[in-house]
Order: sequence, then C-alpha cells, then structure tokens
Amino acid sequence: MQGRKTLSIKASKVWRMAGDVFLAVCAILWLFPFYWGLVGSFKTERAMFAIPPEFLPLNPTLVNYIELLRKTHVARWFFNSAVVSVATMVLVCAISSLAGYAFAKLRFRGRDLIFYLMISTMMLPRYVLLVPLFRLMLKLNWFDTYAGLIIPQIAAPFGVFMMRQFIKTIPSELIEAARIDGCSEAGVFVKIILPLAKPAVGALAIFEFVRSWDDYMWQLIIAGSEMMKTLPIGIAALKQENLVQYGQMMAGATLSALPMIIIFVAFQRYFTRGITLGAVKG
Amino acid sequence: MASRTWRSLKKDLVGYAFIAPAVLAFAVFLVYPSIEAIRISFYKITPTQVAFVGLQNYAGLLKDQVFGIALANTFKYVLFIVPITLAFSLFVSVLVSSKSERVTSFYRGVFYIPAVASVVSVSLVWSWIFNPVIGIANYLLSLFHLPPVNWLAMPGIAFYCVVLVIITWTVGRPIIVYTAALGGIPKYYYEAAEIDGASKVRQFFSITLPLLAPTTLYVIVITTINAFQTFAAINLLTSGGPSKTTTSVIYELYQQAFRYNNFSYASAMGVVLFLMVGIVAFFQFRYLARDVEY
Repeated sequence: MQGRKTLSIKASKVWRMAGDVFLAVCAILWLFPFYWGLVGSFKTERAMFAIPPEFLPLNPTLVNYIELLRKTHVARWFFNSAVVSVATMVLVCAISSLAGYAFAKLRFRGRDLIFYLMISTMMLPRYVLLVPLFRLMLKLNWFDTYAGLIIPQIAAPFGVFMMRQFIKTIPSELIEAARIDGCSEAGVFVKIILPLAKPAVGALAIFEFVRSWDDYMWQLIIAGSEMMKTLPIGIAALKQENLVQYGQMMAGATLSALPMIIIFVAFQRYFTRGITLGAVKG
Repeated sequence: MASRTWRSLKKDLVGYAFIAPAVLAFAVFLVYPSIEAIRISFYKITPTQVAFVGLQNYAGLLKDQVFGIALANTFKYVLFIVPITLAFSLFVSVLVSSKSERVTSFYRGVFYIPAVASVVSVSLVWSWIFNPVIGIANYLLSLFHLPPVNWLAMPGIAFYCVVLVIITWTVGRPIIVYTAALGGIPKYYYEAAEIDGASKVRQFFSITLPLLAPTTLYVIVITTINAFQTFAAINLLTSGGPSKTTTSVIYELYQQAFRYNNFSYASAMGVVLFLMVGIVAFFQFRYLARDVEY
C-alpha cells in the first residue's frame, strides 16, 4: 500500500514534468515567429542567406526600415491604420454603450425582440455580405476612402451584446435614485452608466481597436490606391508584388505587429475580460 | 388615461432614441446586404447590365470543378482545425490552470498573441520560415540530414502548413475561455473525488469535462464558423495553390468577385457556404447542446 502510494506520487511527478516540458515547447513554438520576424528585420540581405541561420542579429542594421520608408508609403499606411482603428473603436463603443444601456435598463415596446434580432446578426458571416457591401460602397462613392474603411464596421453585434450584459449587472437602484433627483435619461447614461461601465467599455475599445487593425479582408477590398492602403494591406502587397526582400518584409511585419503586441501586453486583463464576457451565456 | 399613454409613448421614444444609431447601422450594413446577397445571386451582373437569370448561378456552381474542390477543402479545413484546436486548447488549459495565477496568465498571453498580432505579420514570417531556400524549416531538416522540402508548393504538404499557421491563431481564445471556466469549478469536487480514490484521468472525464460542456459548445461553434472562413492565411501563404490543394470557398469567392468582377456568381457561392455553415451549426447545437444546461 505504502509502495503503491509513493509510486503514484512519483508517476504524477513525471506527468507534471512532461506537462511542463510540453507547455514550454509550445510556448517557444508560438513565440518563435515573432522573435524570428523581429530578428530578421535587423538583418542585412547577406545575413538572411547565412547557413546556419543567425539566431541573434550579429550585425544589426536599420537598413531594412530605412529602405521600407524610402521605397514605400509605409508611414502613410501606418497613419491610415491608426485613423481607421481609432475611429472604428470610438464609434463602436459609443453606439454599443447607448444601445446596451437601453436594452439593459430601459423599458420600451419591442425591446427584447429588437435585441434578439440584433444579436442574431452575429451569425451572419462576413463573406456573404462582402459583395453587396462592396457594391454599396461604390454607390455611396466610398470606395478607397476612410468612410468606406470605417463606417461599415460600426455595426458590431458583439459590442451591443457585451455592453448590455455588463450594464445589466449595474444595480437599478442607482439609476432610480438619479432619476428621482431629476436626472434625465441622457444624464443617467453619462453620469451613472458610463463611469460604472468603464471596465466593459475599455475591454470593448481594445477589442475593436485590434480587430479593426487586423481587418485584412475588408481593407484589402476597399483600399484601392497606394495612399489609402492600411499597414497590413501595404505590407502584404509587398510580398505579392515581389518588390522587396524578406528583410524589408520582416521590418513591415514588425511595424504592423508590434503596436498590437504592446497593447495586448499592457491590457491583457481587458482582453481576458472581453472574451469571457462575450462567452458566458446571457 | 391620456397622460398615461403619453407617458408610455414617451418612454418608448426615449428607448428608441438610445438604440437608433445601432438600429440604423445594423439595418444598412448587416440586414440590407444579406438580403441583397440573396437577391444578387439570382441575377447576372456585369458593368453594363443587370439581368435576372434565376438559378443559373447555382447551376453553374454544380458544374464548377474548382468550386467542388474549394468546398471539399473547406470541409477538410474544418475537420482538421476544429478538433485540433479543441483538444489542444483543452489540454493546455487543464495543464495551465493548476499553476499560479502569474504563470497561467503568462501562458494565456503567449497562446493569444498570434491572434492579436496582425494575421499579415504572422503569415509573412511563416512564409519566410517555409521558404525553400532561406527558410529555417529546411535548415532544421538539414540538421537531421533530410532533403529540403518546398513546403508551400508541394501538394499534400502545403495544406498542412496552412493548417499549422491557422492553428497558432485559433487556440488563443478557447484557452482564455477554458481557463476562466476551469477557475469556476469548485475545488471540493476534486477533493471529494480524491477521497473516493478517483484517478486524475477519471476526475477529468467525470468532473471537468461535463462541467465544461457549455464552454466546449461555445468553442466548437466559434472555431467551426471561423474555420469555414479561412482566407487570409491562404491568400498570404499559398494563393490557393499548388494545384488548388489549399483553396477554400472564401478564397474562390474573393477571386470571382474582386478579380473577375463576377459579383453574382460570388454571391451564389456565399449563399451556399452560408447554408452549409448553418446546417453544421444546427447539428452541433442539436447534438451537443443536449447535455448542456444553461
């Protein structure tokens, strides 16, 4: 009996170690592309061909970044991505928190029906809408414009759902008290709801910012000219046009990924909250 | 009486005012395009004319060999991506959730990073890794005295390379959801099972798995929907090749619509795929949601 027990403890130790090794190997595999892209962006063209590959940049150089700036509109692309992401983020947060408040706390005819209809659009896949949306953009003369890149993104069922779920948890007594004090509905929203819903708004904001930075397919369709390209689109085109070397492509990839990784590391709690808020059943 | 209806009308109007921006955005950018997508699929649209053609686009799809391949590939993507994502993320989450909060959050971050970093960046790095001449994948092979492989240009290999890259960004969200759900399972369930002499494996299958059922359903459904929409990795890594082995319905839809201006044909593709996804999601709910309590 005693022997069996120590044996099982030993076995569980071995399993535990195997698990740790597995996790570590996977972590390396998952992080490696980022490390490799970053290192590659500082390598000279000659170093890219070195065998064995240089796992550390032995002669780090900024030449890839300089060439990228000189040969392409990468600064403009970065600016475009920032404009599109910030605008989408602000609009989605505004629209979603307004609607979320109404669906969570106000009473009006058809409220739940409208809410469930809205949520059911989550099931609509983007690809079915692609062609009609593109034609709509042509009709509105929004092809190759900021409006075309931003406005169709503001219908975000996930945002409405998330804000409603969160605002529901705010005690109605607070709202009642404010109303009795003579606060209008708009006043309640600005003075009570928004401050209390900050964590959810924050999570949604970060979520939308990252999502829109990475909205490859739509931006690919709408950004027609060099000057309207976003960063991911511009960099992806470099590969397809075979104009530049891998070192410059890695410089572009780093420029595109780094802001997102920094935001993610800084706000990881918000991401986790956003994802779990969206996943729990309503 | 009159004042009461006035008051309730006013209440309605306040509510409508708050939801008006959302309703407008949804109507114009989600509802209208989906109706339009179905309508377009019954027309033939060229730059000069628009003509009703009935089911001609759908009949064309039936005869279209490339579409057949794309459809089969799409299901193949789903069949690889969904089970691997599910098993991997569940396994990692269980391993990670027994660790301290700091370690858990580190691993959650590591596995979620590819999902936040832009798909373009990640795909470009992988295309360099897989480059037959200067890629590190072939260097690793050479260490074992294996001949180089043209990873993204070999039928039979390219598909699995694309799947691998996609897996790196599909597991992040499930791991976050699973670790959160695992944290919500009361410790004393396991303590009681321990006293009863249940092994760790037994505990996993009798306690953990059943309690995670709602989360698992969620993970399966979102991963399936995403796997059906595989586009970016294909466009950036293989362009659907070699000989169409990595193409998907979305990739062909994109080609038809935005390379050949074949809007109506592309719309028909979208509608067919939408129906497929709908049917699959229906059965997933039907058979998996049975043991899920909400």
